[in-house]
This record gives sequence, structure tokens and C-alpha cells, in this order.
Amino acid sequence: MKEIKKVFKEVDSALIPYICAGDPDLKTTRELIFTLERAGADIIELGIPFSDPLADGPVIQEAGQRALKAGADLEKIIELTDDVSSELETPLVLMGYYNSISNYGRERFVRDLERAGAAGVIVPDLPYDEDPDFYENLRECGVSGILLAAPNTNSSRLNYLGEKSAGFLYCVSLLGVTGNKKGPFEKLEQYIEKVRGEVELPLALGFGIDGPEKAAAVSEYVEGVIMGSAIIEVINGYSEDKDKMHRKVEAFVTSIKRAIQG
Amino acid sequence: MENKYYGRFGGQFVPESLRGALVELEKEYKSIKDDDEFQQELEETLSDYVGRPSPLYFAENLTEELGGARVYIKREDLNHTGAHKINNTMGQILLAERMNKKRIIAETGAGQHGVATATAAARAGLECEVFMGREDMERQSLNVYKMRKLGAEVVPVDTGTKTLKEATNEAIRDWVAGVEYTHYIIGSVVGPYPYPEIVRDFQKIIGEELKEQMLEKEGRLPDCLLACVGGGSNAMGLFYPFIEEEEVSLIGVEAAGRGIETGKHASTLTAGSVGVLHGSKSFLLQNGQGQISHAHSISAGLDYPGVGPEHSFLKDSGRAEYKAITDEEALEALDLLSELEGIIPALEPAHALAWGLKFIPDMDEEEIVVLNLSGRGDKDINTLQNEEEDKS
Repeated sequence: MKEIKKVFKEVDSALIPYICAGDPDLKTTRELIFTLERAGADIIELGIPFSDPLADGPVIQEAGQRALKAGADLEKIIELTDDVSSELETPLVLMGYYNSISNYGRERFVRDLERAGAAGVIVPDLPYDEDPDFYENLRECGVSGILLAAPNTNSSRLNYLGEKSAGFLYCVSLLGVTGNKKGPFEKLEQYIEKVRGEVELPLALGFGIDGPEKAAAVSEYVEGVIMGSAIIEVINGYSEDKDKMHRKVEAFVTSIKRAIQG
Repeated sequence: MENKYYGRFGGQFVPESLRGALVELEKEYKSIKDDDEFQQELEETLSDYVGRPSPLYFAENLTEELGGARVYIKREDLNHTGAHKINNTMGQILLAERMNKKRIIAETGAGQHGVATATAAARAGLECEVFMGREDMERQSLNVYKMRKLGAEVVPVDTGTKTLKEATNEAIRDWVAGVEYTHYIIGSVVGPYPYPEIVRDFQKIIGEELKEQMLEKEGRLPDCLLACVGGGSNAMGLFYPFIEEEEVSLIGVEAAGRGIETGKHASTLTAGSVGVLHGSKSFLLQNGQGQISHAHSISAGLDYPGVGPEHSFLKDSGRAEYKAITDEEALEALDLLSELEGIIPALEPAHALAWGLKFIPDMDEEEIVVLNLSGRGDKDINTLQNEEEDKS
């Protein structure tokens, strides 16, 4: 598996798809990871399903519910990561909520991520300040702890986030939850300019980017484009016919990749 | 840095987009805390509009029936809108006005906080939306009607168990999206810092008044305070001024639903474990994988799998004790108080009374127990009727 750093050296515009681990089941998730890689994903985000995902809109909430019902849990997701990481070139980043991680054991989680070969982790409800030890522990183990910024984050906070984040900085495109069709933020250019003034890391933008047009438009400003809900809708639309699901996901993600390569 | 924790509980576990709003809220709150003008405005509102101080009533019939300690009842049910919730919403609406927020949102379980918020917003002329689980809308339909009458929009929440936890999720998500012009009035001592502190401070008037009233009536402090705990705002408001008075025992009573052993309960402090929900670290109900469990209680106001972080701290430090009462025991206590004292309590404080019934008879006649009657029972009439139909 490549390092995240290397991805941003190789491509101008990285495509970062998100899928929810275990939706519709973990075996399909394993196959989808390779489908995404084939379609041109540069980094893959794997969501850890949680009962109360505060940063997520209805599409990802429902995907999480389906995954939990199908029996996905953090232990199995880390096993899956371990299982695919040797065959996978694309860096795998886990994204989940703090209660899942603290319940699993924070130190055990970091140790197991390192062993499984995960490249990074994103915990949207864990600001650096609430558990610095966790983030430092990740850094020591070579796993990127990726922090988030929002359109209303002020300059001094951005500076701080830029210092503490690893791999890239996840810029939330709007004030709202994932899958919000209103995204991205109308003053995107100023927002990214403000972040750029404080942060040296590569910037990836996500939330509400639902198709090739928006992806192409935002890729002008940032080094990475993150897309989740729109891909999950494709997956969920073909859950009865796996072959078709993979073909549709591959076609959709390929179209995004082309769009951002301009 | 300001301490955002009570021992190991509390904190600010929120997405980055809410950080700015919490910083602003903390700053504004600190500035009004010692601002005479603000405090005077709040005091006047509480006395002339809410009807404070709420009476402290000596429940002579109940005392006689139980044959133990003298029982006093702090009548928060006599406040405008029928519960303690309005103490907090009156304070927070003034805060919202200071911050120039045009829109108010709230979550509600039993609907008492929703009604209290809609009332405050109507008076202040602010737009108001209340998030409420569909199940709660059915069992507390009277309050839904009241909120609408007061000009608020009630937004039904259809996810999960369709109760308070999901309503809170939706309110937080809405707040993230509208944070620039919206103030979120949280109804209990839960959520990210500084909410647990703000709500507790606006509710501590309950305990402060009680102290004065008790000294006047009995010339001494009570031996024991009893309050129900869902999120824990009425209990925190009652307990807080007594925390340093170590001879006063503090007992919080949670909902054991159909019994803790059945798994259908809301006994967060008595049967839960530590985790993070709705922005703070506290005890909560969760499974072995850290997924939040469904709570159950006949009382919508206690039907919540989390609890305020300061209660977790009081439990940890041993300063307060927490007990649990089943649906059935609460219903019996409700009947008893209605028949003996002519007061129909809400199902929530009926839990606190039910625990009192277990030990008050064994206490000495000279001892004093105070029950915080956090709300009146009107809102529960539908639930009570359904229970009786089910039984017959």
C-alpha cells in the first residue's frame, strides 16, 4: 500500500471515494474496494458504521444501519483492512466515530490499524484537543490522523489544524452534514484561500459533492475530492445484482475521475 | 484553558463546524454570568412571567401515610408551562438575543422542553423549530398541539426508536447547518461544554430557593433530596447548591422501564458504561461494540440512553446516589400522590417519589425529605388512559 504523501506527489487531483464497511455486507465491501481501485480511486475511505453518526446525512446514516444489521463491527473491519492491504496499492483510510474507537480501546485501535496496514484515520467528532494522546500515538505508529476544517473555522484554528493534521486536511465543503445537495459552500474560493494561507498540507474537499460537474468544479481549488453519499446511492440501488453493482460503481467513479482530471 | 470537564466526564466531542459556535456561546455566557442587567432581566422574567419562587409544600397527608420522615414537595409543576424546563429556556432565550440569533431550535422528549422553548421564542418573537421523535409525538400529543399553538414548527424525527436520542441527533445536525443564525437551546444538562454548565446554572435556582424556604420553615437543611434523572436537569438544579452541604444526601432516580434485567430500561447511571454521545463523555447505554442502545421508559422525559456529565461525576465521586424505578412502580406512586395530596405529578417525578416510598417509612420522624416535583401530569393523561385500557 502506498503512503498518502506519495499519492499527492503523483496526482494533481486525488479522487477519494467513501463507502460504508459492511453495506450491504463485508464480503461485498471487500470486492468494492478493488472495484474502486480499478476505477481510479487514489485513496479509499472506509466508514465504520455507528448508531448515531452526527456528521452524516440520511444516505450514510442508512448505510450504517444496513451494515450494523448485517453484522459489521470494528473488529471485522480491521480484519478486512488487514486482509486487503497487501493486495492493495491505494491507501485505505478508516473513518468512524469516537465512541466506537474508545469502546474498542484507543491504544488497541491504533496498534491494530498499524498492524493491518491502514494509512490513516478520520474521527469527525474527535477534535485534536479532546484526545491529543490518541493523535500522537497515531503519528508515532505512522498512521495519519486526518483532521477536519469547516467554512467557519477561523485562521488561528486553521493554523493549529494544519500543524496537527497528518496526510491531508479534510475541508468540509459546507455547514451541514454529508450528502447535502446544497454543497459546496458558495464562497468556496475564499474559503480555500483562507485555509491555504495557514496550512501547508494537501487539502481535500468533501460533503455534498454528488457528481462529475461538482467534482470537476471543486478540483480546481483543492488537491483531493471526497465523495461518499453519491457512491453509496449507486451501491444501494443495485444491492440485488452484485455484478451490475460493480459495473455501475466502476462506471460512476471512472466518470468522476475523468471529470477531475479535466 | 477553561476546564471543560467534571472529573473525567464532559468535554467537547463535536464536528469542527460547531467549535466556533461553542466558543462564542462560552464567551457570551461568561459575560452575562456576572452582568447585573442580564441577571435582573432574568430575575424579573422568572418572577413575573414564570411565577417563581415555586412553593415548597409540606405534604402532610403523604407524611402521615408513610409514617417516617417529614416530606416536602418543591412545586416546579406550578411554573408557567408546567415544569422546571422553563427556568432554562428563559435564560437561554436571553442569551440567544444577546448573540443576535434569529432562529431557535430545540429537541424534546416529553414535550415539556419543547413547549417551554416555544413559549420563550413566542415571547421573544423568534422563529422556533422543535425536533421530536414520532413516537413521542404520539404519546405526548397534547404538547405537540401546544407547541404549534405557540407558533413553533414541530419537526417529526423518524429514525431509530423515534424518541429523544434521535431528536437530539437531528437538532445537532440542523445546528451544524444553520449555526450562523441559529441558537440551539438544549433542554438538559447534556451536550458539549458549555451546555451542561449553562443549563445547570439556569436550573440551580430550584436548589437555591429550596435552601431559603427550608431554613424559613424548618430552620435547618433537609436530610435528603430526591429527583428524577433522564438527562438530569431538574436533579442537577436541585442538587447543585447542596453539593458542599455534605450532611444532605442526594438521590437521583432513573427509569428502570420494564426492569433492568429485561434490557428495556433507561438506567444509564445504574446500569450503563462510559462513552461519548451528543458531544460529551458520560455514562451511557451501549452494546459491546459501542453502538448506543435503545432506551425504554413509560416516561418520555426519562427515555434517553445518556445522562449529563456532572451526574456521572457525582456518581463517580460518591457524592450522589442513583437508583432506578420501574414503569409500574412509577404508576403506583403517581396514583398515591394524586389520591393523597390532590396533585397529579408527571410520570418523571413519580419515579423519584416511588423510590422515596421505599425508605421514607424507615426514617425518623424528625428527618426531612424533599421531593422535586419537576412537572405536572397533564401531558401524561393519554399514556395513563392507555395503560388502564391495556390492563382492563
